[in-house]
Amino acid sequence: MPEPLLQLEGVHTHIGPYHILHGVDCAVPQGGLTVLLGRNGAGKTTTLRTIMGLWQASSGRIRFGGADIARMATPDIARTGIAYVPESMAIFTDLTVRENIVLAARSGPVDSARLDWMLGLFPALKKFWNLPAGYLSGGQKQMLAITRAIAEPRRLLLVDEPTKGLAPVMIRSMIEAFRALKQSGETILLVEQNFHAASALGDHVLVMDDGKIVHAGAMGALVADRSLQQRLLGLSLDAHQ
Amino acid sequence: MKPAFLASAQPEDTGPSNGLLLRLLSSDGPRSRALAALLVVIVLGLAATPFLFGGSQPLGTAAKICVFIALAASYDVLLGYTGIVSFAHTMFFGIGGYGVAIALDRLGPTWTSVGLGLLGALALSAALAAAIGLLSLRVRAIFFSMITLAVASAAAVLASQMSTITGGEDGLSFQLPHQLRPAFRLFAEPVLGLSINGRVLAYFLVFFAALAVFLVLLRIVNSPFGRVLQAIRENEFRAEALGYRVVAYRTAASVIAALAATIAGGLLALWLRYNGPDTTLSFSIMIDILLMVVIGGMGTLYGAVIGATLFVLAQSYLQVLMGWANTALTGVPVLPDLVHPDRWLLWLGALFIISVYAFPGGIVGHLRRRH
Repeated sequence: MPEPLLQLEGVHTHIGPYHILHGVDCAVPQGGLTVLLGRNGAGKTTTLRTIMGLWQASSGRIRFGGADIARMATPDIARTGIAYVPESMAIFTDLTVRENIVLAARSGPVDSARLDWMLGLFPALKKFWNLPAGYLSGGQKQMLAITRAIAEPRRLLLVDEPTKGLAPVMIRSMIEAFRALKQSGETILLVEQNFHAASALGDHVLVMDDGKIVHAGAMGALVADRSLQQRLLGLSLDAHQ
Repeated sequence: MKPAFLASAQPEDTGPSNGLLLRLLSSDGPRSRALAALLVVIVLGLAATPFLFGGSQPLGTAAKICVFIALAASYDVLLGYTGIVSFAHTMFFGIGGYGVAIALDRLGPTWTSVGLGLLGALALSAALAAAIGLLSLRVRAIFFSMITLAVASAAAVLASQMSTITGGEDGLSFQLPHQLRPAFRLFAEPVLGLSINGRVLAYFLVFFAALAVFLVLLRIVNSPFGRVLQAIRENEFRAEALGYRVVAYRTAASVIAALAATIAGGLLALWLRYNGPDTTLSFSIMIDILLMVVIGGMGTLYGAVIGATLFVLAQSYLQVLMGWANTALTGVPVLPDLVHPDRWLLWLGALFIISVYAFPGGIVGHLRRRH
């Protein structure tokens, strides 16, 4: 079996006096989309932030492409090839759409063909190219955040709840964009509360509860097993659609 | 091939003459007709001051405006573009002034002395700014500000104590190179009715050097490096998640701002033929440049031009205007007392409070919003 691209082994994270992650063990295989599911407060965002070094793991190992990144600083982790899209539509509002994207291309000008491809995923951004990003709608900001993360080829994309607070039409275009990203060969770890979106996109699934991974497997198996859905997530796909 | 919407962002599309000007301004134009008109008036006014006004006071005021435009613009790189609140900026201004003053005093009135003094000052400023940045920019903003305040106070005390080198509280008066002395004449005949003497040459040296500093700073803030600074100002964690080392960028911004402030200090010393604690190191200058940047508009650089011009003009002429008003209102109850020239500082403060309330984004921000 090939070595996973990202592997967490016994990762504990404390935020101040609070013990949030209680020994997270999981793996993200190369290629495809892995969904991280779980109720609010289960530790999903903390897991992503710990991988990025924004909160340091108190113990455990985080291996990315064979190297331990658990003690590395955030900029160095980003430079290993991990892009992170936080849940708060984290764009730079004072900079224009163009400047936001150019900023993410650390190694030089954005490749024209890649830019065409990215803006093909989110055509709305073209219209606001030279407008400060603060003027964009919530959905457009999320599109920009994702476009920025893929401005240069990255080895792994961490995306935190991209559909949160978006209108159904925006969610549909977001799902299409992630499908296209998957087809282009990107490896994605996606935190998602919307089980419909998660099941439509995911190849693999990780379920978290109380700071631990309680289930790992193929998304297809979870979609097919309603009792498992009920047990892990307290819902069934039928009820959520 | 470049996509069409990318090409539309290029300055070439604005026509040949505008294109050249926009390139000079690093494609960061005023973006408001009123602001553009105001800037043209200020720049042309400063360039023409020696030809338009006789006497030393208008020329001195114009030179001070030029120096403070460079100084306030350099502070805007820190405060407006990077979000760093430093109180040590006048220390670098002072280092520039003392570098030129000490070199001219000790080595004699030559251009070599000016060059050596300025180079030494730039090296010291760069080293100090890098040390303060690397040691202090990791801490929270308020603690960094307190550290810079302590360092600036220590530098002011040091300058006063080391009187054998710095002249202590009296400062240093020195001779300028031959070409900048009042007795020097560049041409035998006047040009446009003005005798081009050393004093006029010194003024144009200050004017063009300040202009060059401003344009270089404009280029820097509009470069990819400048965009990273703005990203850090908005959210340093997001910038880190994109792979940018925040402390390194902040330190680089501090060094750039310190170098520009050092040049401004050197220019002021050359213009005044004197440098002392009150002219370049005092804390009141720090407050002045903070006000210039805030009133003009933070994070715009053009705000520094507007803020410095208004501030220096108000400092120089408000008292005179109030004297006229006082005389004109003689016989009217209460009003002459209110506008008595001795109360000029009170009115200056009131004017600044009103302008901050009226233009919360600074004058430049207000003019751009209207546009």
